[in-house]
Amino acid sequence: MQWPPPLRRSPLVRASPPPGPARGLLCPRRVSEAGDSSTEGARMGHSHYVTPIESAMEGRCQPLPSLRPASPTNAPAHGRGSDCTAKGPPLANVCRQNYGAAQDPVGPAGRRSARHVTGSSLGKAEVACERRWRAELVAKRSWSPAGRATKMKVKMLSRNPDNYVRETKLDLQRVPRNYDPTLHPFEVPREYVRALNATKLERVFAKPFLASLDGHRDGVNCLAKHPKNLATVLSGACDGEVRIWNLTQRNCIRTIQAHEGFVRGICTRFCGTSFFTVGDDKTVKQWKMDGPGYGDEEEPLHTILGKTVYTGIDHHWKEAVFATCGQQVDIWDEQRTNPVCSMTWGFDSISSVKFNPIETFLLGSCASDRNIVLYDMRQATPLKKVILDMRTNTICWNPMEAFIFTAANEDYNLYTFDMRALDTPVMVHMDHVSAVLDVDYSPTGKEFVSASFDKSIRIFPVDKSRSREVYHTKRMQHVICVKWTSDSKYIMCGSDEMNIRLWKANASEKLGVLTSREKAAKDYNQKLKEKFQHYPHIKRIARHRHLPKSIYSQIQEQRIMKEARRRKEVNRIKHSKPGSVPIVSEKKKHVVAVVK
Amino acid sequence: MTANRLAESLLALSQQEELADLPKDYLLSESEDEGDNDGERKHQKLLEAISSLDGKNRRKLAERSEASLKVSEFNVSSEGSGEKLVLADLLEPVKTSSSLATVKKQLSRVKSKKTVELPLNKEEIERARTPLEQEIFNLLHKNKQPVTDPLLTPVEKASLQAMSLEEAKMRRAELQRARALQSYYEAKARREKKIKSKKYHKVMKKGKAKKALKEFEQLRKVNPAAALEELEKIEKARMMERMSLKHQNSGKWAKSKAIMAKYDLEARQAMQEQLSKNKELTQKLQVASESEEEEGGTEDVEELLVPDVLNEVQMNADGPNPWMLRSCTSDTKEAATQEDPEQLPELEAHGVSESEGEERPVAEEEILLREFEERRSLRKRFELSQDAEPAGSQETKDSGSQEVLSELRVLSQKLKENHQSRKQKASSEGTIPQVQREEPAPEEEEPLLLQRPERVQTLEELEELGKEECFQNKELPRPVLEGQQSERTPNNRPDAPKEKKKKEQMIDLQNLLTTQSPSVKSLAVPTIEELEDEEERNQRQMIKEAFAGDDVIRDFLKEKREAVEASKPKDVDLTLPGWGEWGGVGLKPSAKKRRRFLIKAPEGPPRKDKNLPNVIINEKRNIHAAAHQVRVLPYPFTHHWQFERTIQTPIGSTWNTQRAFQKLTTPKVVTKPGHIINPIKAEDVGYRSSSRSDLSVIQRNPKRITTRHKKQLKKSSVD
Repeated sequence: MQWPPPLRRSPLVRASPPPGPARGLLCPRRVSEAGDSSTEGARMGHSHYVTPIESAMEGRCQPLPSLRPASPTNAPAHGRGSDCTAKGPPLANVCRQNYGAAQDPVGPAGRRSARHVTGSSLGKAEVACERRWRAELVAKRSWSPAGRATKMKVKMLSRNPDNYVRETKLDLQRVPRNYDPTLHPFEVPREYVRALNATKLERVFAKPFLASLDGHRDGVNCLAKHPKNLATVLSGACDGEVRIWNLTQRNCIRTIQAHEGFVRGICTRFCGTSFFTVGDDKTVKQWKMDGPGYGDEEEPLHTILGKTVYTGIDHHWKEAVFATCGQQVDIWDEQRTNPVCSMTWGFDSISSVKFNPIETFLLGSCASDRNIVLYDMRQATPLKKVILDMRTNTICWNPMEAFIFTAANEDYNLYTFDMRALDTPVMVHMDHVSAVLDVDYSPTGKEFVSASFDKSIRIFPVDKSRSREVYHTKRMQHVICVKWTSDSKYIMCGSDEMNIRLWKANASEKLGVLTSREKAAKDYNQKLKEKFQHYPHIKRIARHRHLPKSIYSQIQEQRIMKEARRRKEVNRIKHSKPGSVPIVSEKKKHVVAVVK
Repeated sequence: MTANRLAESLLALSQQEELADLPKDYLLSESEDEGDNDGERKHQKLLEAISSLDGKNRRKLAERSEASLKVSEFNVSSEGSGEKLVLADLLEPVKTSSSLATVKKQLSRVKSKKTVELPLNKEEIERARTPLEQEIFNLLHKNKQPVTDPLLTPVEKASLQAMSLEEAKMRRAELQRARALQSYYEAKARREKKIKSKKYHKVMKKGKAKKALKEFEQLRKVNPAAALEELEKIEKARMMERMSLKHQNSGKWAKSKAIMAKYDLEARQAMQEQLSKNKELTQKLQVASESEEEEGGTEDVEELLVPDVLNEVQMNADGPNPWMLRSCTSDTKEAATQEDPEQLPELEAHGVSESEGEERPVAEEEILLREFEERRSLRKRFELSQDAEPAGSQETKDSGSQEVLSELRVLSQKLKENHQSRKQKASSEGTIPQVQREEPAPEEEEPLLLQRPERVQTLEELEELGKEECFQNKELPRPVLEGQQSERTPNNRPDAPKEKKKKEQMIDLQNLLTTQSPSVKSLAVPTIEELEDEEERNQRQMIKEAFAGDDVIRDFLKEKREAVEASKPKDVDLTLPGWGEWGGVGLKPSAKKRRRFLIKAPEGPPRKDKNLPNVIINEKRNIHAAAHQVRVLPYPFTHHWQFERTIQTPIGSTWNTQRAFQKLTTPKVVTKPGHIINPIKAEDVGYRSSSRSDLSVIQRNPKRITTRHKKQLKKSSVD
């Protein structure tokens, strides 16, 4: 007999013929009297052997002394096993051997089934052993030649060791888990509590303010992002100074006295090598992004002297074309000193012009005659315009949806338009209590941030009419410009009191690298908050914000005014001939006309 | 546990009997002095006593109600009085008959002729001539009063004879000391009584309870019978309490307190205390004693035992249930008088000599009383002699003591047996009246019902005691009753009363068939079980004690009633007093008017918990729960089940596989930190050529965008 015997694995057990079905099934270790064993061994080609687990069990099974194998072939094996037991509970060992591929001492087919003792308690093993012994006795008694011929198929419980044996100790232990819902009751209440906790924690950790960049000597009038570098930000102040900032170091890396008077607009070239500024001195200047060499003077690459004041500038996203606005919208080729084309519609000054980042030939402008005008660069005339109740200060295109733009209006609201249907804004965003001066989309296109004269900035989801967040500090005055950084993580705002402030876009977000578990937890919490957001308790906590007194009282006032207006309207409808007073929805109310 | 209860009841008893105890003790001490030892007689007595414990034997033992001392045909000796047998006594007939008078005369003459003594012979003088004289003599005789010499009773005489001068002095000093002690004691008691501190009294009470319990324990060990007696006393106290209205809150004091209780915490406490005391006193302890009516099982025995309604008062304390017994008694007082002498010796046999006077308020006939007293003293003397027997008569004592021991064993066994059967009977019978009485006053009845297990337990403990002795000492021949015994073991006690009834029947049969009492328990019953049982009981008892004041069911019912009342729509009374009729102080609007202006509230819908007695369903909105409920359907949903479904699906890893969890929790937009997100391009969404060069933004639903994008692109191209 060889030890260990050849490996044989089969989920199906075939009872070995000689000892009859019961025996083959139930007794892995063939123990018999001397004469019997010899004949049997001869027949089988290999005699009985005792696996460690059996011998271990045998070592413990005191009441079965007669079971000790009598034949000499058995002795060494038994010795091994007993040694093993003497040292201590060898269960790990045993299991490994039982399932381990190489040294699995599987003898005749069907052994595995009976030896398949995976339980970790020796008590069980003992019981099993004893039972087996009894069955053996029974089988021996009923051992007949007829029974020898029968074969039996037994389906057995089989487990693949690959599923739970780890290859190296560095592997994580796979913990089997029972997902039976009865074992994990109260899922809704539990998740509710988790959501509640997550919401509370979100509020606890909501500390959005990161840094303030100071250095300007006048109010910051405009901001620009570097298209290729996240850390670089440009800002123009009301004293004509342009500063370039490094956000990671939070300092100013370059200062240019670009204009006399205000720097009205600033934009970077799409490649990030240069930027353009316009100022009150009726000039358009192009500057190199990199500073001049040591000892050189700061000088613009090009300077274009215009006839009128330029109030805004934006660069094409792909080509060497930029647009300025003032009395009219001019589209310039970078190489030329005269505009390629000038477009006007009406006679008022245009405050802002923006290129569409996706459909790059489109651009929109907003004028102080309450218009928002859309242009196609390839045409000589404007596309269409929409007239609102009040003046729009800025517009911003959605970087993920080509035809959506949002206009920051003087009437405290922001209007998100679909440029294909300008008569009704997609959404009216209202929360500000003063004129909205600037708006910028998150690069993900899901949210935008607005800067307002009420000394606060707000973050709105695109599809919500109410803001999800409001940022303010005591020292922040009227916020004139705001930008969402290109990685969608931060928000910058420049305000009257000469500072540029850096905020987190998500107030409670943890900065820095997250481990996978942290990430998973964050995601889960986020999902929970989403799931239970309608629950009043959670809603109340999630919505709670502290506001400065001025804003708060303003909000109250606004509410009263709005309510009064609504009441009046209702009354008017009520007291006039039915149908004579049309019911106008809030969205349509603010749109005066759409002109093509 | 029961021990606690026992202690309480003992304490209560001792409080009641505090003063009564003292004189009795003295009596005892006096009686100790008179000693008479006669081994034979003593043994005989004991045998009698023991055999009288068994019901049948006792009945056979005919009690002589004659006025003389014990005169039996077997032993001719005068007993107890210390005087010698006189021939005259023997000759003396109950009534003087003329036929014998001549013979007597002759005899006396013969006697007198032998020697002439001066003063004259006693017999001559004290000879009763008339029936009246006879009677007087009898009385005097019985009371051991001196007939001739009026100075000393025989006892006194004997004691005088026994004492020398020194002894007498010592005795006197002793008595003086005792008197002084008594006065001290009384003074002390008075002083203590005056102390106002409640805490002091509390501590004292506790101490006393402890002491009483201890004593009882000891007594139980030393003398189970005496312990039983003690239990009987407790039972008696209970009965007294039940009869009286002492702690029922119906007195003047209690009434005044009841008025005050609403405002005064102390008064409330006092009332509660009183009530609890009442409860405590009326709590029923299972009293074990050695009368065995169940052994007879037949009517006549019970009649004998419970002769009268008054007998309840008389404290045949072992009666299982006075209410049950009263119904079946229809006997006269003669039976009682016959019975009493029988029972008393039993008591005496167990060495309990006190509290006799109280126990028999109905014994009218002086003679009988005297007789009992006499007999008692006799017994006592026996016992004393037995206790302090000198090592003189060894051979007799050896055999005698052996016999005594064996007899004792039998006795204890019988005792045990009696307890057991009584317990069963009591439990089976006691249920009926309790249940019946439960309806009018369930809250008062409840503790009674609940106390059942402990009562059983106390008895069991006693049983155990007896049994152990039995097994240790000797193996007694036992009739075949082992099977039944095992049935009686505590583990199957919770079984239905049906079984108990059955058992009872079996016992009866057995008793009819066998003279010997059956054994109590088989050895096979493991003691561990009992221990467990005891623990369990302990636990139960503790819980019961902890929630003794709580009546949860009643509270709940009350609460429900209140809830129902509160939920009922209220009537609106619009009556204006003085409107349309005279008004003013003391004038009420007329009934007619009230009826007219009372707006009856419409019947509300039936309550949902109308048919659910154990449930209160609140149909109002709970504001505390409402804080966690969504009031209106949130916007994107069109039906509530849509919303509910989103809520019901858990997303946590507790309920989902890891992969599913990850999928479920992936945010809609994932951004990589430090990456610039460029505006979307047509190529990015696969419109022209899908070369997703820079994918720092992964859109979860790009399709929508694509379609829109397409449209837009088309449009723009058209433009």
